[in-house]
Amino acid sequence: MIAEIDISLIDWSRAQFALTAFYHWLFVPLTLGLGIVQAVMETIYYKTGDEFWKKTAKFWMKLFGINFAIGVATGLILEFEFGTNWSNYSWFVGDIFGAPLAIEGVVAFFMEATFIAVMFFGWNKVGKGFHLASTWLTILGATISAFWILVANGWMQYPAGMGFNPDTVRNEMESFWAVAFSPVAINKFFHTVLSGWIIGAMFVAGISSWYLLRKREMKFALASIKVAVVFGLIACLLSIWTGDGSASQVAEKQPMKLAAMEGLYEGDNGVNLVGIGILNPGKKEYNDNEKAFLFKIDVPIPKFLSYLAFGKFNAYVPGIKNILDGGYKQPDGTVALSANEKIARGKLAIDALSGYKKAKADSALYANKADSIKLALAAEIENYAETVSDDTEVTSEVLTADELFSGKAAEIQTRIADSRKQLDDNFDYFGYGYIKEPKDLIPPLSLTFYAFRVMVILGGFLLLLFALATYFSYKNKFEAKRWLQWTCLISIFLAIFAGQAGWVVAEVGRQPWAIQDILPTSAAISQLSASSVQLTFFIFLALFTVLLIAELKILTSAIKKGPQINEQ
Amino acid sequence: MEKSVLKRVLSFYVEGFRSMTIGKTLWLIILVKLFVMFVFLKIFFFPSYLGKFDNAAEKQEYVSNELIQRAK
Repeated sequence: MIAEIDISLIDWSRAQFALTAFYHWLFVPLTLGLGIVQAVMETIYYKTGDEFWKKTAKFWMKLFGINFAIGVATGLILEFEFGTNWSNYSWFVGDIFGAPLAIEGVVAFFMEATFIAVMFFGWNKVGKGFHLASTWLTILGATISAFWILVANGWMQYPAGMGFNPDTVRNEMESFWAVAFSPVAINKFFHTVLSGWIIGAMFVAGISSWYLLRKREMKFALASIKVAVVFGLIACLLSIWTGDGSASQVAEKQPMKLAAMEGLYEGDNGVNLVGIGILNPGKKEYNDNEKAFLFKIDVPIPKFLSYLAFGKFNAYVPGIKNILDGGYKQPDGTVALSANEKIARGKLAIDALSGYKKAKADSALYANKADSIKLALAAEIENYAETVSDDTEVTSEVLTADELFSGKAAEIQTRIADSRKQLDDNFDYFGYGYIKEPKDLIPPLSLTFYAFRVMVILGGFLLLLFALATYFSYKNKFEAKRWLQWTCLISIFLAIFAGQAGWVVAEVGRQPWAIQDILPTSAAISQLSASSVQLTFFIFLALFTVLLIAELKILTSAIKKGPQINEQ
Repeated sequence: MEKSVLKRVLSFYVEGFRSMTIGKTLWLIILVKLFVMFVFLKIFFFPSYLGKFDNAAEKQEYVSNELIQRAK
């Protein structure tokens, strides 16, 4: 008998994964964003031949190198966790999840390892063009790596291109292209990489502002800011576009996440978008009569959520209660099932898997031990014949045993086919079979709602900041705006915070699913003791904190030293 | 006589590593980190959970039982 999974085991395992991902995501976006900025600066050097730009690019490259070195391989710990903490998940979807991760490993190794060496060691040793190409290829390699990781993550949000094989108990890839180019994966890639660009741009603008505040490296700082703020502004504008795409994808494929992002319990046609608000902590159940908000202000564009979600101002957006109760018309024209109906179908799918397994085992037994089974059947028939009266006619005993065997074998094949059909018919709801009550399908609402606001509001703030910085920078007034310099410096942390909040929305908002609709975390997790996960959680916390301190110490030392460009 | 491509590549890396300043500290951090990750964490704290089974058949049997039983 399998023991019931301890909730604290799930929570600690999730916390550990979140901790690892948070730390990893401190390093990755800076690599993606700073990489582009330094490549642009080197391109200017290549075009102009001005040594100033070479030195400028080299300084940012040094900071890129520090960040890259400290962050490299921190993501591998996530893969350790898959194998240890999430073994059911790893087996269940390993065939699909493994492919993008394997490609990522190969691409990361060959592209980044090859070209990063040329980028750092190749100054004055290889041609300018070759060096520039290596710089761009390094960042391209890092971005392609990010692509494959985000394909894997996108697949968890929207599992596509696979089929479940009950013989291997694995989901197997049926279409690589459906996995690699699913609309969710593509949108997630652009939105996430753009957030990295914003962080990289903010980092350059913020550090440069620090030099201006200290009245140091003025020419270097102002020139760096001119590149960074335009890049940041472009990234912010593009991220609005990809953010809109994300909202549409979430509305269509993860409506519960959208409802949680908006604190929307009761859906409607033409729903407003919440600008800011405070959720009512007194609302304990999704179907009680308490108000959802203590206070809220909608975005002053009427019916904006409906428009963002489905491109029509009067489109219907389901709330949490509607999603759990079902019965509304979905974007594809079908009527949504209730949570209870989905749970029932999920249980049918799991029962079918159980029935399929038993029937397959019986089939194997009949195939391997046909002779002994026939003999046993013949003996049964003989016993039966002896117990019946003399006038009962029992004809050929051997033939009857054969017939009985064939009949039972055919019955087993029918059971296999029936179970398989029941499984296939209900597999889309497989994960719902683990859900005890409909309310378990609601993700942590407060965290999702507030994280979404933090991401969007900070995103809007950064857009405004980059626009102002671009204006003052190109009007040659940035040097005099100390408030803007301070704001840019502080905003490095705000940009990082916005990026982390985005991940909270994406990952907390899809709970309870490890894989949307197919596998909840409660079924994905290994049977470990919660204390062992707690122990490794704190080991990671210590390890990553040491790495972060090392990064900050080396980075700040390099920044204090400065680019040391003779600006005369 | 021109050096072979292999020697040139090797010397490129050797000279690059020799001329590093902050890079030496970074490489030390990378090596310590990899050691901690692969020798300490992976072996002692993150063994493959399904690695205790000898073959794929046993693994799939275990996972299928888990998936069926957990729904009960």
